[in-house]
Amino acid sequence: MITAILTLTLLAVIFGLILGFAAIRFKVEGDPIVEKINAILPQTQCGQCTYPGCRPYAEAIANGEAPINQCPPGGEQVIHSLADLLGVEVLELNEAHGEHGGKTVVEIDEQVCIGCTLCIQACPVDAILGAAKQMHTVIRDECTGCDLCIPPCPVDCIHIIPLEDDIGTWRWSLPMDNVIIRDKAS
Amino acid sequence: MKKRLHHFFGGLQLQGHKSISMAEPVLTATLPDEIVLPLRQHIGKAAEPIVQTGDHVLKGQAIAKATDYVSAPIHATTSGEITAIEARPIPHPSGLSDTCIVIKPDGKDEWTTLQPVDDYRQLDPSALRNIIRDAGIVGLGGAGFPSFIKLNPGPNRQVETLILNGAECEPYISCDAILMQEQPRRIIEGLLIMRHALKAEQCIIALEDNNKVALTLLKNSLLEHESDFIQIVQIPTIYPTGGEKQLIKVLTGKEIPQHKLPIDSGIVCHNVATAIAILDIFESGKPLVERIVTLTGKTMSAPRNYKVAIGTPFSHMLNLAQWNKSLTGPVIMGGPMMGFEVKSPDVPVIKTTNCILALPEKKTSPAMPCIRCGQCATVCPAQLLPQQLYWQARAKDFDRVQDYNLFDCIECGCCAFVCPSKIPLVQYYRFAKTEIWALERDKQKSDIARERHEFREFRLERKKKEDEQRKLRKKAMLKKTQSKEDSDTSAKQAAIDAAIERVKAKRESQASVAKNTSNLTESQQEAIAAVELRRQHLLEKSTSDTTPAKESNK
Repeated sequence: MITAILTLTLLAVIFGLILGFAAIRFKVEGDPIVEKINAILPQTQCGQCTYPGCRPYAEAIANGEAPINQCPPGGEQVIHSLADLLGVEVLELNEAHGEHGGKTVVEIDEQVCIGCTLCIQACPVDAILGAAKQMHTVIRDECTGCDLCIPPCPVDCIHIIPLEDDIGTWRWSLPMDNVIIRDKAS
Repeated sequence: MKKRLHHFFGGLQLQGHKSISMAEPVLTATLPDEIVLPLRQHIGKAAEPIVQTGDHVLKGQAIAKATDYVSAPIHATTSGEITAIEARPIPHPSGLSDTCIVIKPDGKDEWTTLQPVDDYRQLDPSALRNIIRDAGIVGLGGAGFPSFIKLNPGPNRQVETLILNGAECEPYISCDAILMQEQPRRIIEGLLIMRHALKAEQCIIALEDNNKVALTLLKNSLLEHESDFIQIVQIPTIYPTGGEKQLIKVLTGKEIPQHKLPIDSGIVCHNVATAIAILDIFESGKPLVERIVTLTGKTMSAPRNYKVAIGTPFSHMLNLAQWNKSLTGPVIMGGPMMGFEVKSPDVPVIKTTNCILALPEKKTSPAMPCIRCGQCATVCPAQLLPQQLYWQARAKDFDRVQDYNLFDCIECGCCAFVCPSKIPLVQYYRFAKTEIWALERDKQKSDIARERHEFREFRLERKKKEDEQRKLRKKAMLKKTQSKEDSDTSAKQAAIDAAIERVKAKRESQASVAKNTSNLTESQQEAIAAVELRRQHLLEKSTSDTTPAKESNK
């Protein structure tokens, strides 16, 4: 009887130590699922999901506070990837947050810009260059098309420019086989 | 000695249709009114113009330089004036425009100073490669990969076999076949230069068994050279035997593993036309400014092979071949299997244009559902599962489609050719490939955006902290100075008091009677009295003057 109790206690202590050591040694910083969700989100940092950036939205999704269909820039592709990752059902994009459109960037009309720096402060990815009372300009390659710089501009000199395909980014279209569908219908 | 050949999986026996364009010898095409040279004619980065609008250039003069390791310079293909550097439609499945250098030929076709190489054997391989690089030579078989890279085996790598690819497996195309018939000796000479760069142990010139004339001619010219390391091998005409991996399999029995290059297996493969281009630069110093293009198809009254200045518009070539526009369906660059439709006949011939094909319009039946017959899998030379690729690509499941090795697909079109449902399978694969590339680009961009956003957050946080610290420091400083001031004021006051005391004491000591009033002479006293009297008088007068004035002021 006493031997049994002692043995079990000893085992409990040993395993406890092992577990304790493992908890410290293999500690995971932060929530790894947040990282994974954040990696899928398009990082426009536009806030259309009502969260102040992609990471807060990723955290909200991870905590089950937000559905996966609130990201208009990501569109269908992001919803599919998120559904895959989280093992939840694919949802339609919630149009209340905006529509999934083509990629855009913004451009500053440099003739009109008064150099107020308000857009620089609004840009979430530091893609606008300039200084007080100096002309500002957008670094096109870094612009995510979040349009957050447009509302603060006092002279409305920031314009949205759709990004057009060039030879390097052009994509083949999915062949249309709606012919089959029509055949079936008839 | 007869070489033992192997077989690659699948493939098709197609009708050649090569005799259409091979009845006549190669003809040098006339110069067009305008030469359009796209900056992107090769795999890799686009070239960068080194001329300006209005410049006069000579034939063979470099007009754009390579911008990267995988890039190629571009040379003026005739003499004339640069009239524009602007976006023009280029031969690309998208029909989009890209930056081109436009030359208006002056008609003289005057060469720049050429620097031929006397003896390439004296040069070391790296100098050889530099010459080939500067001549803008790219693979002329169709892919357009800069040739000098494929002539660099890399350190510690031995090239066993150098293959010269004369297997032009696609129907209709005959530019390599006619080249082997017309210039067999030059092909072998070009091959020797390549061999010198690669230090290859053995060389194979491979051609299909439907070109007996070229075989005999090549064998005859080989006799003159007495090089026992060169073999000329005839291979069965099975499409796509001219594909690099398929050809290597047929000739050596080796399969190139996924994500590996032939050079990793000690094999290098070049096109026969590339060998001629390389010979040109060493023999006469001429860079790549022209190539042989097959103009063929039943809508042309004079189909044949033309030697064309690169940059000549398709429309000019089609006119030469007496193209009957009314009969034609799409104009295709390349062959019927792997070529693509050009959206406008004004696009120029580029370095990789091997064939301009204009077939009569054919009524195509619409695609029907896949019946899972599996014929596509039996012909796929890459041994993929075309059906599965099709389903996944259609469902836009880009992870799964890669699991089925989409990127091993060479887009040869065998699967679509045999498909009884006429499904445009290759287009699905191309769609999936470009979508996956686009997703990868987006991913890279979003990674950069994330990094920048995170840095911004960090920066704002840091600024906030710094501001707080500064505020605290300022407060502390203020307090310090105040307490110091308190102690300071008493000391100052004391100093002020002391000073006042000092002044007072001084004044008191100075308040003694004026020294010059005693011991005055009589006359002096009189003068003083007179002054005093006058002063008294004036004082009285001034008081009587000012009083009424004050009153009047009131």
